[in-house]
Amino acid sequence: MTNPSSRAEKLSSSVGSVVFDADVLVLGGGPAGTWAAISAAEHGARVVLADKGFCGTSGATAAAGTGVWYVDPLPERREAAMAGREKLGGHLQDRRWMARVLDRTYAQSNQLADWGYPYPVDEDGKPQRNSLQGPEYMRLMRKRTKQAGVTILDHSPALELLVDGSGVVAGATGLRRQKGDRWTVNAKAVVIATGGCAFLSKTLGSNVLTGDGYLLAAEAGAEFTSMEFSNAYAISPAFGSVTKTLFYSWASFTDEQGSVIPGASSKGGRSVIARALRKGAVYAQLDEADAETQRHMRVSQPNFFLPFDRTGIDPFTQRFPITLRLEGTVRGTGGLRILDDSCATTVPGLYAAGDAATRELICGGFTGGGSHNAAWAMSSGYWAGQGAAEFAFQLGATFGRQVFRRGAVGLRSRNGRPLQGGALAQSVQGEVFPYELNYFREAGRLGESLSRLDALWSDASVADAPDEQELLRAREAAAMLATARWMYRSALARQESRGMHRRDDYPEQDDRYRHYVTTGGLDEVWTSARPLPSLHYAEAAE
Amino acid sequence: MIEVIDTERCTACDICVNVCPTNVFDKTDGIPRIARQGDCQTCFLCELYCPEDALFVSPFADVPQGIDVAAVKEAALLGSYRRAVGWVDESRHLRAADRSYRLFGH
Ligand SMILES: Cc1cc2nc3c(=O)[nH]c(=O)nc-3n(C[C@H](O)[C@H](O)[C@H](O)COP(=O)(O)OP(=O)(O)OC[C@H]3O[C@@H](n4cnc5c(N)ncnc54)[C@H](O)[C@@H]3O)c2cc1C
Ligand code: SF4
Ligand code: SF4
Repeated sequence: MTNPSSRAEKLSSSVGSVVFDADVLVLGGGPAGTWAAISAAEHGARVVLADKGFCGTSGATAAAGTGVWYVDPLPERREAAMAGREKLGGHLQDRRWMARVLDRTYAQSNQLADWGYPYPVDEDGKPQRNSLQGPEYMRLMRKRTKQAGVTILDHSPALELLVDGSGVVAGATGLRRQKGDRWTVNAKAVVIATGGCAFLSKTLGSNVLTGDGYLLAAEAGAEFTSMEFSNAYAISPAFGSVTKTLFYSWASFTDEQGSVIPGASSKGGRSVIARALRKGAVYAQLDEADAETQRHMRVSQPNFFLPFDRTGIDPFTQRFPITLRLEGTVRGTGGLRILDDSCATTVPGLYAAGDAATRELICGGFTGGGSHNAAWAMSSGYWAGQGAAEFAFQLGATFGRQVFRRGAVGLRSRNGRPLQGGALAQSVQGEVFPYELNYFREAGRLGESLSRLDALWSDASVADAPDEQELLRAREAAAMLATARWMYRSALARQESRGMHRRDDYPEQDDRYRHYVTTGGLDEVWTSARPLPSLHYAEAAE
Repeated sequence: MIEVIDTERCTACDICVNVCPTNVFDKTDGIPRIARQGDCQTCFLCELYCPEDALFVSPFADVPQGIDVAAVKEAALLGSYRRAVGWVDESRHLRAADRSYRLFGH
């Protein structure tokens, strides 16, 4: 229901900028951001949501679609769902959080059904709710966000956070890139739901995901965790963007000569594919799918078939070249560290949801093929929206409060040389794309890469703000750079292999590292070890 | 990458300008312009939202192909993604045709 008096207020609209006053500002309009905005509004807050692209088409889910960790609330099913992932994730998950997310995902999915999402019904007449078509889901989420009374700002990337004199987050500012001006939202709490960082690799729907939310949160002092679990690579046709990997479970993988590559597979053998790609071309063919499976595939993932239908390849009977595209933290598990059940970050007034937040609590060090990210986005979105609304009410009136801009890199005048976003982004890609640096990690190579990345940061941090048209590119590149440095510092700190983090020099899992790695900092990047919540409680009880 | 706006079909409604997540199109006095093709992320979503099936996104993500509208029309590719997801009347049933539950856990 829309209650006009509960809308965020537009304060002024002079040439060059527009100013809003809200209780809660949500940055990012993917699943996490829209769920957060709706939840905050349902909890009584006046909400503005700003998206870099268009809320409804932007982000990984809208383009890709997702499986969802939707599990019937039968104790044995829930137990199996949790237990089944613990080994893969390197035993870093937390059972209490897994149970909470299963409950919340179940509730949110059923809410979607009530809102009219066209879930399929199986042969026995039972609705099936463990998959969402991206465009359909996000079109519905945009509609519901508007109906909740949320003010949506499209094509409005956030550039930096505002904080008050005591460091409490007080809003944000950004660009209205199609209007050529700026926006400012004064808010009592902010939710970061800007997704992960896929380093402009063109993995499906993810070029809007450059870690912007990480950078602006870090500038306000936020901490990160599990950033070493950030080397997810997804299979796609070599020429294309469609990194949908489920159907490669039916594939055989061959080399240039057509010989089967031993051990290569989508699940459990993707590193073999990466190694083979370093030597030459790798081909796939979905030759294990029978006719019925092929029919199911067509209707379940229409986007999977676009690259084939448009090039005249029959993926079931013909080999096609594949590659692995980096997805970074989008299908990794690292992100903003959250402190409590409301998804509060370490900065007062700042909340995090979806891929922008860590998924270590339910995924540990591995995700992909498990539908947890989608479940996390809806659950953490719901909680962060509620947490932000409650924070806003507790804060009370903020009239006349002085606020300060926290952004730095790429936003100030410094040494007279403008920050070159395009060139910087390419340099960062050169450090994070290569399999020998990021997929297969090793102290020497990581260390050398880090010194190059640190040098890039030293340059970037003293550069001038570029022209208005280049500003977003510059901030995106700076965010990618900061992300790469947290990733590799954390990767160096974890001297073992666990989850998706793979060290050539420490190939085994090592019990001494059954903890989380926290990281943060911009000019100086630091890391530290943090005990798992469950171990923490166990010790406290001793 | 986005390759084609079919000038015959396009009604200059500007929906694509609005919905493209990476801001590839610019408004003009008439039909929109593909102003930043290199920023296209090959997500195919503009095709889904174009009410006239006037757009064609080539599946080649890294290199522009220079595609010919006539050939694309000939192959009935305009609007094919919209039909496949059930966003046109004649294929509405496909919106609820997801059989992922039969495919998970293979
Ligand atoms: C190909 C692919 C397949 C996937 N399949 C699955 C699956 O089967 N199951 C599963 O669980 N997960 C899957 N995932 C992961 C899943 O898509 C993500 O976990 C999910 O989209 C996260 O939601 P989000 O809202 O946090 O981020 P997103 O959906 O990525 O949305 C982030 C939003 O933030 C906006 N934004 C970015 N920067 C700014 C800024 N500076 N200012 C304002 N807004 C900004 C973006 O425009 C975007 O709209 C897949 C991902 C990919 C890439
Ligand atoms: S959405 Fe389609 S009809 Fe509308 S302006 Fe774009 S191309 Fe033309
Ligand atoms: S394919 Fe996606 S990124 Fe490219 S023009 Fe269309 S909507 Fe924009």
